[in-house]
Amino acid sequence: MVLKRIGLGLMTLLIISMLIFVGIEALPGDLAEAVLGQNALPETVASFRKELKLDLPPHARYFAWLGDFIQGDFGKSLANGRPIAELIGWRFANSLFLAGAAAAIAVPVAIILGILAAVYRNTLFDRVISMITLSAISFPEFFIAYILIALFSVQFTLFPSIANINVQMNLGEKLYAIVLPCFTLSMVVIAHMMRQTRAAIINIMASPFIEMARLKGLKRLRVTVLHAFPNALSPVINVVALNLAYLVVGVVIVEVVFVYPGLGQLLVDSVSKRDIPVVQASGLIFAATYIGLNLLADVLSILSNPRLRNPR
Amino acid sequence: MPHLLKIEHLFIEAESDQKTKQIVKGIHLTLHRGEVLGLIGESGAGKSTIGLAAMGFSRQGCRIVSGSIVFDGQELFGAPREALRKIWGARIAYVAQSAAASFNPAHRLIKQYMEAPLQHGLMSSEEAKENAVDMYRRLLLPDPEKIGYRYPHQVSGGQLQRAMVAMAMSCQPDIIVFDEPTTALDVTTQVEVLAAIKYITTQFRTAAIYISHDLAVVAQLADRIMVLRYGELVEENDARTMLANPRKEYTRKLLSVRMLRKTKNLSDQKDDVILDIQGVTASYTGQNNVLENINLTIRKGRNVALVGESGSGKSTLARVITGLLPPVQGRIFFKGKELSPNLKSRNREELQKLQMIYQMPDTALNPRHRIRKILGRPLEFYFGMNRKQREERIRELLTQIELPESFIDRFPTELSGGEKQRICIARALAAEPELIICDEVTSALDQLVAEGILHLLQGLQDQLKVSYLFITHDLATVKAIADEIVVMFQGQIVEQGTKKEILTPPHHEYTELLLSSVPEMDPDWLDNLLKARKSGRAKIKPHEIIPRGSLENLPRPAG
Amino acid sequence: MAAFRFLRESPLSARIGMAIVLINIAAAILAPVIAPHGESQVVGDVWLPMSRDFPLGTDQLGRDLLTRLIYGARNTIALAFLITALSFLMGSICGFLAATIGKWTDQVLSRLVDILMAFPTLIFALMVLSVVGTSITALVVVIALLDSTRVFRLSRAVAMDIGVLEFVEAARLRGEGTWWVMTQEILPNALPPLVAEFGLRFCFVFLFIAALSFLGLGIQPPAADWGGMVRENAGAITFGIFTPLWPAGAIAFLTVGVNLIVDWFLHVASGLKEG
Repeated sequence: MVLKRIGLGLMTLLIISMLIFVGIEALPGDLAEAVLGQNALPETVASFRKELKLDLPPHARYFAWLGDFIQGDFGKSLANGRPIAELIGWRFANSLFLAGAAAAIAVPVAIILGILAAVYRNTLFDRVISMITLSAISFPEFFIAYILIALFSVQFTLFPSIANINVQMNLGEKLYAIVLPCFTLSMVVIAHMMRQTRAAIINIMASPFIEMARLKGLKRLRVTVLHAFPNALSPVINVVALNLAYLVVGVVIVEVVFVYPGLGQLLVDSVSKRDIPVVQASGLIFAATYIGLNLLADVLSILSNPRLRNPR
Repeated sequence: MPHLLKIEHLFIEAESDQKTKQIVKGIHLTLHRGEVLGLIGESGAGKSTIGLAAMGFSRQGCRIVSGSIVFDGQELFGAPREALRKIWGARIAYVAQSAAASFNPAHRLIKQYMEAPLQHGLMSSEEAKENAVDMYRRLLLPDPEKIGYRYPHQVSGGQLQRAMVAMAMSCQPDIIVFDEPTTALDVTTQVEVLAAIKYITTQFRTAAIYISHDLAVVAQLADRIMVLRYGELVEENDARTMLANPRKEYTRKLLSVRMLRKTKNLSDQKDDVILDIQGVTASYTGQNNVLENINLTIRKGRNVALVGESGSGKSTLARVITGLLPPVQGRIFFKGKELSPNLKSRNREELQKLQMIYQMPDTALNPRHRIRKILGRPLEFYFGMNRKQREERIRELLTQIELPESFIDRFPTELSGGEKQRICIARALAAEPELIICDEVTSALDQLVAEGILHLLQGLQDQLKVSYLFITHDLATVKAIADEIVVMFQGQIVEQGTKKEILTPPHHEYTELLLSSVPEMDPDWLDNLLKARKSGRAKIKPHEIIPRGSLENLPRPAG
Repeated sequence: MAAFRFLRESPLSARIGMAIVLINIAAAILAPVIAPHGESQVVGDVWLPMSRDFPLGTDQLGRDLLTRLIYGARNTIALAFLITALSFLMGSICGFLAATIGKWTDQVLSRLVDILMAFPTLIFALMVLSVVGTSITALVVVIALLDSTRVFRLSRAVAMDIGVLEFVEAARLRGEGTWWVMTQEILPNALPPLVAEFGLRFCFVFLFIAALSFLGLGIQPPAADWGGMVRENAGAITFGIFTPLWPAGAIAFLTVGVNLIVDWFLHVASGLKEG
């Protein structure tokens, strides 16, 4: 079952890579002309075509591209001719750093809030929390981001509004730099995760076996921890992993707001510059991460489901 | 001797959408040590709510408003959570209707058994383990040493229900509340669970509150019975006295539910054959046959009852006849003409002559259509009637099914379960069929409502000479209304014939098991049956002819 | 009448939601009438503070911010509505067909949707736009296509759930064709979840367009649009001028409103099911 799911995930990735490739192949007109402009010299066009291996037949180009990609050779940027791997490498690490930091805050907070809201359902606490999360879901990320900036870097100059980090900084300085983007990202993800966790727990708490456990005279804590939790694990893990996938993508906007040197920023820049190879490469990396996390969600929820773990 | 449990002036409210409704209205209840009290009533009687209230517990959305619940000198109403917790499981235990849903899927059976005695500090882990195995053995669970190490979904329904009875006994409580513990089971499995409960209440002198909608079942276990309706007491009496001499009309009605009705005179006159099934074999997957070589004929105006437990293939046969599941082999003739195996290639007339009524009237009617459209569509579709003709015919149909004509403008959601089922009957009648397949049409209804439906169906048959294929698991219904009986087991017909032939011995051994497992309105029925089966006087023992687990089933909706 | 009673029994939160949505719709429709200035008319200095002439101040080119906001409502809401409607049309028709016909139609459509959904929406949109360039048509087609996958999933699931109920089987046994089954038996029962979903999808599309515009890849200037306005005025914030908060807030305001209505609707719909 797990293996089947992983196989399916790899399949999807392959198809996606093909789609990305074919999609860009299907560009109306000649890529070289489109990029270099119509007045480009024939020699330039020819060398450009060679560079991009445009002279080879499509399937050969696809496999060459994919092969290079897997080996970490992403080709060269059209905009400045630098190897894409070099451009992407540390930016991707930065993006992961930001997403990771946000996740480290969001996951525990969301799960704890979700459980509390489920346990104290329909109380004032629950209503307030659910109102806040509903709003947080409705807000675009940049709204939250600018409010935070307006508050914490303009009104009270506590944190920088531009999250600039570089290799010379130590961990503490880096963390300080990303406080606001990290907080923005967490807000949105917490809202989603918390709502879904609450729903999952309420669902479990309504099961007859929970009533049975209570009527056996077990302590409330024991009912929650030993009876509700193992069954809630599967849906909650699923929720967490899915939201992490969302987080990885959500990073794009936040990076732009805070001018953070991450992969998302690069992707957006390259799209406006129509730097196709960079778009291809970073898009594929985003897709792979996203698919990987979704895959992880499925695998973990299979593994944590007692019925599936102990077949008849 | 003081009462072990004494409930007085109990009022309970349920809340839904900011409207409160009283569901228990001033109930008094007493229970002595070692006594079994039966609570009986139809849905909405408040019996489960009272059962839980006896533990000082109320479900989400329900609230005990007033009254007193005194258990062994201690007031439970308004008692602190901690005090209640010490009583639950240790001194009053609960057995729920669905064991499959009430066992935690994440833990092994024995772990769940041991939990209560360990948490209440009554036993050491070793003692509890030995205890569990002992109790599994006493309740005749197979392989008692090892069965506890299985997960709930690895054990069959009847065994799981017995495991839950065992679990309720883990702390040797003073009282066990049984909340419809056999409702979801087949009759042959029900006997095993009833035997287990009987064993507990006699062997350990455990007091019990036994909640059920089935008077015959309650009669086997209870010393005293309370009949409830709409949250109020109808009648209370010693079990034997009540069965012999019911005082109230309502109780009498409940009792008469299983009375035999006069048999139709099926003289030798050969009625036309309506449906003829020849050698039908069917399969969902193409590998395992769900039906094997079925041969069956239905004659005009007859009521042929198809009886079997879940998994016997009786509903599959209905799907084959209607063309939803083309058979692998065999042929079906309708009035001498062969029917296409596939629904899509049957013509309108064939479809019209063969109608179906379902188990769940709630889902059998489109909730977004008014009765006018539900009944009008077949009239338009089959007979091309115009609006005026339809209107007239619908009113006729409504009268026929004994509903007011004003129902024509209603939506199904505005009707009760019984009324909805009547509309389903009218929809079938609208097509002017010659054969109606009735698939468990009374199983989802309360007993008295079901009675009304059966009466109606019989009346219509006398009047219209329509044939029925009456699919059911309930032998009492069969006895009441069938002309002919077909007994199915594991996809095969084990016996068929007129009602008289089937119901008089000698029986096929499965028919024997099935017939003997149907509870009767006789307090000694269970004891006699168990004695007979034990001594071997009964011709068969369940597990000799039936592979273990094969009779277990999916839960069926409570009747 | 029934609809009127339905509205009268609505809770406060839903009424607030309805008020918000109505205000926005009114602004969108009446934009040329109520806007104090022209859509891209430069009326004063850059980033003027609030005043009687310019209730919300001016933007980075000296245009009246309130006017831009009102026109922005028009552009953004109309576009989001168009896209949502389109995605519903595609998604629900395909979903219903997949559920009622089944077999290979279902297989092909479902696998296709699986693949599209395995791809993060924003990234997909960015890549497509980088290839075909940023035009309104491209925007509409791409977002509607991506969004219709979710609609497909939901309508297929809902139709499947309803399709196994006995009244649908009864219709089939009567001899009714696929069209009747789809439109008369399944559709009326699938409406409540689909209507709620329409609200959710609208929010999603709306936020999505805003995000793309914010990234400079959505609606192109000089047309006023909220996401783009945030982007254009972003620089102001570091000077302590809160101009970008207005359009960003407007986006949040409308989505909160729609969500409040959807929440109430879901609550009512789930209650109906039990009764």
